[in-house]
Amino acid sequence: MAQQDQIFPPPPPLLTEKPPFEYQLLKHRAVPGFAKLDVYRANGGYKGLERTVTMQPDEVVNEMKASGLRGRGGAGFPAGMKWSFIPKVPGPKYVTCNTDESEPGTCKDHELIENNPHQLIEGVLITCYAIGSEYGFIYVRGEFARGIRVLKRAVEEARAAGLVGKNILGTNFNCEVIIHSGAGAYICGEESALLESLEGKRGYPRLRPPFPAVAGLYARPTVINNCETLSNVPHIMREGAAWYSSFGTEKTKGFRVYSLSGHVERPGTYELECGATFRTLINDLGGGAWKGRKIKAFIPGGSSTPMLAPTDEVLDTPMDFEGIAARGSMQGSAGVVVIDDQTCIVGAVLRLVEFYKDESCGKCTPCREGTQWLVQMLHRLEHGEGREGDLELISDVGGNIAGKSFCLLGDSAPVPYNSALKLFREEFEYHITHKTCMVGPRAGKQLAGVH
Amino acid sequence: MIDNYSQKLKERDGEFSLSESARQEIIELKNQYPSARSAILPALHIVQAQFGFIPAEPMEELAEILGILRGDVEQVVTFYRMYNQKPVGKFHVKVCDSISCYLRGSDELIEQGLHKLGTSLNETSADGKITLSKIECLAACASAPCLQVNDEYVYNVQPEDFDEILDTLKTAEKNPYFIP
Repeated sequence: MAQQDQIFPPPPPLLTEKPPFEYQLLKHRAVPGFAKLDVYRANGGYKGLERTVTMQPDEVVNEMKASGLRGRGGAGFPAGMKWSFIPKVPGPKYVTCNTDESEPGTCKDHELIENNPHQLIEGVLITCYAIGSEYGFIYVRGEFARGIRVLKRAVEEARAAGLVGKNILGTNFNCEVIIHSGAGAYICGEESALLESLEGKRGYPRLRPPFPAVAGLYARPTVINNCETLSNVPHIMREGAAWYSSFGTEKTKGFRVYSLSGHVERPGTYELECGATFRTLINDLGGGAWKGRKIKAFIPGGSSTPMLAPTDEVLDTPMDFEGIAARGSMQGSAGVVVIDDQTCIVGAVLRLVEFYKDESCGKCTPCREGTQWLVQMLHRLEHGEGREGDLELISDVGGNIAGKSFCLLGDSAPVPYNSALKLFREEFEYHITHKTCMVGPRAGKQLAGVH
Repeated sequence: MIDNYSQKLKERDGEFSLSESARQEIIELKNQYPSARSAILPALHIVQAQFGFIPAEPMEELAEILGILRGDVEQVVTFYRMYNQKPVGKFHVKVCDSISCYLRGSDELIEQGLHKLGTSLNETSADGKITLSKIECLAACASAPCLQVNDEYVYNVQPEDFDEILDTLKTAEKNPYFIP
């Protein structure tokens, strides 16, 4: 097979002939050449758009509401509801797709855009039709250079077939789809920072209100949805809201692409019905902890969500917004990161928090300064130079970041430490009293002064 | 005052001028957007593709094409980490060191690479070929540890693979990890 027809990033091996859930968003895994327009169309592609343009925009919004689709970026806000907030005013309105995927542990959009670009483009076009927009921007993180090439090719293919541009499908619906590249900044995944970035500025979050639905891109009404959210839209418009809402749980409908990474035998992205359990994902599909070890903890929805201990109760939790919330964490971006029992939790937390320090945009003092302090204190703790009272001091600094910054980055920065401290307090204390790790390859070794 | 600054930047970076094709590409890009300024991020990628970094002179040219101030361009260049503010090696190897890659050995990979190259982090090898850096999450967590060579991904990099990658790059003319 030619290299460009292979799937990247490489998918996990299939354990049975049939996938655990019949591929919807990941249909490219079953059909070779899915990135090409003819293959996509032969498999039901653009049927959703064909149906959409025969409907009134309001009917499309209502169909989306009825489907129960909730945002896949993290917050889980109902997509149809979001669209309905766009005021019916004259003048331009915009649709932007957030493909600035950078939350540690999350790698679903990466596969979706590189292998199934038309699914996203169709989703963007339907959204534009529903809210009356003539521009759909797909903001892709700059590192996805190949994904950007694939998407741009797909847009040109779609344009040649009359699916993008003027008089789409012979109607009076006009719409441009623009593939926009970011340039390396986690903060641009925050919706208002994304809009600033798309306007050609630094990615600093905006104060809200006004919300993007009222004053978003170029101060005009704007819908922002995650890449996976919009990739669901063509399926809903093709098969109908009733079909879509037959999948999933009471409050979280449909299917979802879970990213599984860290210390498991078979890391990978897995598409499952919403409400499948952690046990199914981590143990049955992922093969459990690698190297015959045990799972110490896992992060359920990207690095900004509190980690959980793998008790039976937690493992049997349905992976939907409510189920995970009931266990004290969040569904987030559905990026599950597994940590094995040979890992020093202090080291892992340090690495998690370093991310927020590096990615803080610097706008708000509590986040800019506070993340530096968190890293500095965790660093000395990890390297055997922790002091009496450090644990309380770290909690205190964390508490002065969360809720005191413009955006969720500040709220997220203390989460890894707070949740790990609840589960593994004795390991943190051991670092102070014994100046070394309690578990892991460096346990018992003198660490002070090493770094 | 301003001209002085301009002169200083030129002395620092030397003479660089946008190629005619890059200029055309940027103009086309600009015409796509409802507002010209929106083209700045992708336009800077075009600049970097020509020079390997963002020198001072093209920043002024870019500002002129987009009808904005040089400061508007500079504030963007200094904010986003993909833009190199000074030259890097022909192949910029960026190893992800965020949590999923960390758990599967990215720190050891970085140590191994620096040892093999005989450089320190962000330093370019003597032959000008390779610069090794760390980078935050590349969103390929299920294929950890992963890295990029310039803007192209390499997945599931085991220690023996990494030696091979660096050997390949030492003699490569074009990026061997480029997939259209």
